Amino acid sequence: MSQTLTAREPVSETSEKTLRVGQRSLLSRFMRRPEVGSLLGAIVVFVLFFALAEPFRQASSLMTVLYASSIIGIMAVGVALLMIGGEFDLSAGVSVITASLAAAILSFQLNLNVWAGAGLALALALTIGFVNGVILVRTKLPSFLVTLSMFLMLQGLNIAVTKLITGKVSTDSIRNMDGFASAQVVFSSYVPIPGLGVSVRITVLWWILFVAVATWVLMRTKVGNWIYAVGGNAESARAVGVPVAKVKIGLFMTVGFFAWFSGMHLLMASGVQQSGEGVGNELLYIMAAVVGGCLLTGGYGTVIGAAIGSLIYGMTKQGIVYAGWDNNWIMFFVGAMLLLAVVVNMWVRTQSSKR
Amino acid sequence: MNYTRKLTIALAGAASIVLAASACSSEGGKQETAAGGADTPELTIAMITHEVPGDSFWDKVRAGAEAAAEKSNVTLEYSSDPEATKQATLIQTAIDKKVDGIAVTLAKPEALKGAIKKANEAGIPVVGLNAGLDHWEELGLTEYFGTDESVAGEAFGERLNEVGAEKTLCVIHEQGHVALETRCSSLAKTFDGDSETLYVDGASMPDVKSSITSKLQEDKDVDYVATLGAPYAMGALDAVDNAGSDAKVATFDTDKNLIGAIQDGLVEWAVDQQPYLQGYLAVDGLWLYNVNGNVSGGGKAVLTGPSFIDKSNIDDIKVFAEKGTR
Repeated sequence: MSQTLTAREPVSETSEKTLRVGQRSLLSRFMRRPEVGSLLGAIVVFVLFFALAEPFRQASSLMTVLYASSIIGIMAVGVALLMIGGEFDLSAGVSVITASLAAAILSFQLNLNVWAGAGLALALALTIGFVNGVILVRTKLPSFLVTLSMFLMLQGLNIAVTKLITGKVSTDSIRNMDGFASAQVVFSSYVPIPGLGVSVRITVLWWILFVAVATWVLMRTKVGNWIYAVGGNAESARAVGVPVAKVKIGLFMTVGFFAWFSGMHLLMASGVQQSGEGVGNELLYIMAAVVGGCLLTGGYGTVIGAAIGSLIYGMTKQGIVYAGWDNNWIMFFVGAMLLLAVVVNMWVRTQSSKR
Repeated sequence: MNYTRKLTIALAGAASIVLAASACSSEGGKQETAAGGADTPELTIAMITHEVPGDSFWDKVRAGAEAAAEKSNVTLEYSSDPEATKQATLIQTAIDKKVDGIAVTLAKPEALKGAIKKANEAGIPVVGLNAGLDHWEELGLTEYFGTDESVAGEAFGERLNEVGAEKTLCVIHEQGHVALETRCSSLAKTFDGDSETLYVDGASMPDVKSSITSKLQEDKDVDYVATLGAPYAMGALDAVDNAGSDAKVATFDTDKNLIGAIQDGLVEWAVDQQPYLQGYLAVDGLWLYNVNGNVSGGGKAVLTGPSFIDKSNIDDIKVFAEKGTR
């Protein structure tokens, strides 16, 4: 039935609405999707900067915007899945850096091929997700507390371990090590777009792929149903046989995977990693998911929405620079735009449910 | 509604107080400044730094850059991001805008390599300022304006020897910052006494104060506290008081409040790298390169410091510090 295609409503509203689904026109069904509000928000932001900032109209600028969005967007895929599953991850920002540091330090210190270092870092990133998940499931503490602790611990470890091993606050360069060149192609190269004369950063392509795969999982597979069920109401999900603990742990590990991927991009882009970075980015990922229609309470939202949320952020952040607005105001404008996007989002949702 | 009316009355009251108080004060407060202008060709120059928003140091870099821009009919587009990847993206943004020149800080040089190469390929001249002394040449920058952090740190250490210090506490306010680490390690290199590093959270002045206080209470041998930014020197003064310690305070970098503290003999000295000059020269360097093909430095960095500010020269410098340019 069509329930698997349209995203779920918050539990409280479901009963009455499911009865009417069959009678809706195509337009109103489109309007009811969680990401419609953010799509309108994105169009508003795009038109605004297209009109105000002359450089914003070039293809090359658009590529820069897409790149900036993809950096947030790739992580937002994992974070959105986790939020739909009803949990948060505040350690997502620094765990990106942990993965990057681990790959750089392990490769350099053990004199490994860069790919081997990257593989070990993947194991570490997945472990961090696993630990987050297991502590959450075992202690039944809110994810806010569990991942806040993890965030602080990783922040400390990132700097302390790096300094302990390298004697500096950044890693040694792995630029000239075996495997770096090929890793750079995979994680950080530029792909020329035929006909336009510009190149797109490969992270943008990966981002699109990840969004597509995650959307397919959410909408078309049993696991997708589980995620919505666990986020909507864990108890009733458990009652109908959904493995709640496994789903939650799996979602934290998914965030771990994306953190690893983002970390590899950072590392392969420059060959070194600074230990103090990443703090605060977790809020940007959550913000992208929320702007894109994910509810803070879980059980509702889409990955495409989170992608649009990242795009709004990327367009706003870069657009302000293209428009030449005063740098001191940047975060204010970013915040205001996001608020606008969320409000438009909410308005569209209430309007469409009135009809 | 009752509530709205009360609010309106309160707002009107507040507004009238503001109006009444707006009669000009001839001293203190924000004073009008005269503006220049020029009829040379219009240029657009982007300055992209690793500033953490709201730092008094960068305010002066920017003030210098803006002064140079205004004098030369340049539109200055300032942007910043402490995270290296995002800073690189901002450089790409400037390239997209087809600016006439880019001034950039190389706090994390490796990460900016690609973006700077693209600027060079696009024919946009790039100069460096403030951070990146060891990397600007290999990255293909035209000029560099800044100090050598290790020279500054070493000078600080030698000065400590001159005044006979025995144990110094080097306070790092941003864990993981390469330039700050260099200052402390270079200080330790030339300083004959003991030096110990203390990490504090620069985003929270109460933390800065309480961390230094506890350290001074715990270790009575510390006779000098070296801070790496002007606001932290002021915090250190409080901490010394609270701890009942006799330690003296000296610092890197200056600001308006610190100048007063040096004049009053509270802070011993400040090693200055003249941020205003860095911003000014970077913009002026790009302007000269654009309109006249000049390159400063003869292939070497143009040093803007270290210069010492202490009781002996404070009176001269004070005039400029009050304008927020030193």
